[in-house]
Amino acid sequence: MSDAQSHIVVRDLTLAFDDFVVQRDLQFTVNRGDVFVIMGGSGCGKSTLLKAMIGLKRPARGDVWYDGQAYWDADETEQALLRRRFGTLFQGGALWSSMTLAENIGLALRQYTDLNAAQIRDVAAYKLMLVGLSGFEDYYPNEISGGMKKRAGLARAMALDPEILFFDEPSAGLDPLTAKRLDDLILELRESLGTTIVVVTHELASIFAIGDDCIFLDADSKTQLATGNPRELRDHSTNPIVRSFLRRGEHEEPSPA
Amino acid sequence: MSAAVLSCSPPEDTDSQREGASGTLTVTLSGDWLLSGDLPSAAPVLERIRATSPVRVRLHTEDLGNWDTGLLSVLVAIRRSAEAEGAALDADALPEGVRRLLALAFAVKEREGARRTAARPPFVTRLGTRTIEAARSAHELLAFTGEFVLSFGRFLRGRATYLRSDLAVYIQEAGVEALPIASLISFLVGMIFAFVGVMQLEPFGAGIYTADLVAIAMVREMAPIMTAILMAGRTGASYAAQIGTMKVNEEVDALTTLGMNPVDFLVTPRVIALVLMMPLLTLYGELLGILGGMTVGLSMLDVGFMQYARQTLDAVTLEYLLGGLFKSVVFGCLVALAGCQQGMACGGSAMAVGQATTRAVVMGIVLIVVSASVLTVIYINLGI
Repeated sequence: MSDAQSHIVVRDLTLAFDDFVVQRDLQFTVNRGDVFVIMGGSGCGKSTLLKAMIGLKRPARGDVWYDGQAYWDADETEQALLRRRFGTLFQGGALWSSMTLAENIGLALRQYTDLNAAQIRDVAAYKLMLVGLSGFEDYYPNEISGGMKKRAGLARAMALDPEILFFDEPSAGLDPLTAKRLDDLILELRESLGTTIVVVTHELASIFAIGDDCIFLDADSKTQLATGNPRELRDHSTNPIVRSFLRRGEHEEPSPA
Repeated sequence: MSAAVLSCSPPEDTDSQREGASGTLTVTLSGDWLLSGDLPSAAPVLERIRATSPVRVRLHTEDLGNWDTGLLSVLVAIRRSAEAEGAALDADALPEGVRRLLALAFAVKEREGARRTAARPPFVTRLGTRTIEAARSAHELLAFTGEFVLSFGRFLRGRATYLRSDLAVYIQEAGVEALPIASLISFLVGMIFAFVGVMQLEPFGAGIYTADLVAIAMVREMAPIMTAILMAGRTGASYAAQIGTMKVNEEVDALTTLGMNPVDFLVTPRVIALVLMMPLLTLYGELLGILGGMTVGLSMLDVGFMQYARQTLDAVTLEYLLGGLFKSVVFGCLVALAGCQQGMACGGSAMAVGQATTRAVVMGIVLIVVSASVLTVIYINLGI
């Protein structure tokens, strides 16, 4: 179920809360080193799909394969090992409020590496610098702003240099410059570390700037409407909903005479 | 590939050589620099930079193998201390990706004054800070009590905005839903009193006075105090957690911006619910306590039901009963106020909610015990 290219494979995935189906029959492949965007209108199940991919919500049907290993079919130990290869940025940052930012980042390092306290602090400092929070090591999450929390959450997600980074709405609530820097950072992580990145977002600027590949989820038909490169989908998709979404509802051709 | 033999080349103590006049310090990094491996400490190199304050720090990375954050965190530390000494870092030899990530890390200037010095303030400063904080929280408590009194006035005049359905839910939570645990505690306390009474009084042939002991103890002191402590842990804590969580979610601010007084909306209905329910729960607790005592008394003493019941009824006067119920009203008010006040004073994080809850229970119990003592003294002086 995998070749060198495909990193994450999703087959026949159906997501449901009890009897209420959110999305059905999702099929897509995320290639290694790609920035893969999950998009769709509000409430279409983007975040639920993300939860199924990172192991927080068992799908009603189907499975997610990581390098050929099925996640939901695996036992608990294997799942934990798989999860250690992920880094996740949650919507609100989800920082542990009883720890400073440096401790938030350092927790996984302390648990899973042999680094000493000074080295862990260096890593935390470096990660915070990457997200533009240099000097905030000793702050508690409730002392910083919402956008800063989000960036600190990203620094925490990157702590162990994960193979796959999952971002839930990374640029929501950030100013345009910070959002742009975040996009640059995402591309840089992909370039220099070869990280595969899965982003849930509906920020069009961001989608076109970073997305190599995408899936479009629709709330009405409860399934995927399109997959492919977002720029190509915008220009060539035959599906009116997808085209309208990617052009902010402007139905006309991009350059009317 | 992943032989993961790591070596930081400068440490041989001669590797980081200061090349005399040129003032260039060469730092050699080789091997696999991976987080999962065994990384050497950067401290000796940093120490060296600080000691020699070179003009340039040159990075030598010919034999560098695989790398990840493990390498970058060390490079960041080196570059920082080099910059602190005013030395230029020559990073041209680094692999492309490392150089770009390094540049990205230094792209945003550190915000002026953001960094904190973790120095522990001297004892007198800490004592002073604590004292000021204690005074401030006492002031807050007083201000909160004042706000509640004003809000209660508005409530009585029907000018307070709150939801009747909320009030009903609070009454249910503080009343009916507390019955099972109140039954258990009161019944057992009654039984314990009866045991002690039988043990002590029986040898004197005064076993029947166990009925008096249980009835007076339950009605005057035990039922009000036990119920109040129970409600401090059960309802006071839940008030603090509910309001504290609303505070964290900015729900309290949302009420304020809509022009609604959060004390009117959140605090007063809760206090009223508990003040209404507390005497009822206490009365119920008194009854069950006496029943618990009776089960022990009847099984261990040679008395009949009627005799025991008459003895109990003779022991309990109306003054005792009303005195106990008045206490429970006071306790209910204090417990609810402590819970709501801690909730309203809650900070902005999940941890703060936990602290607020703990403080609400501690404060509630302290207030119960202190006010119980004060009331007992007053009752004695009034001859009740």
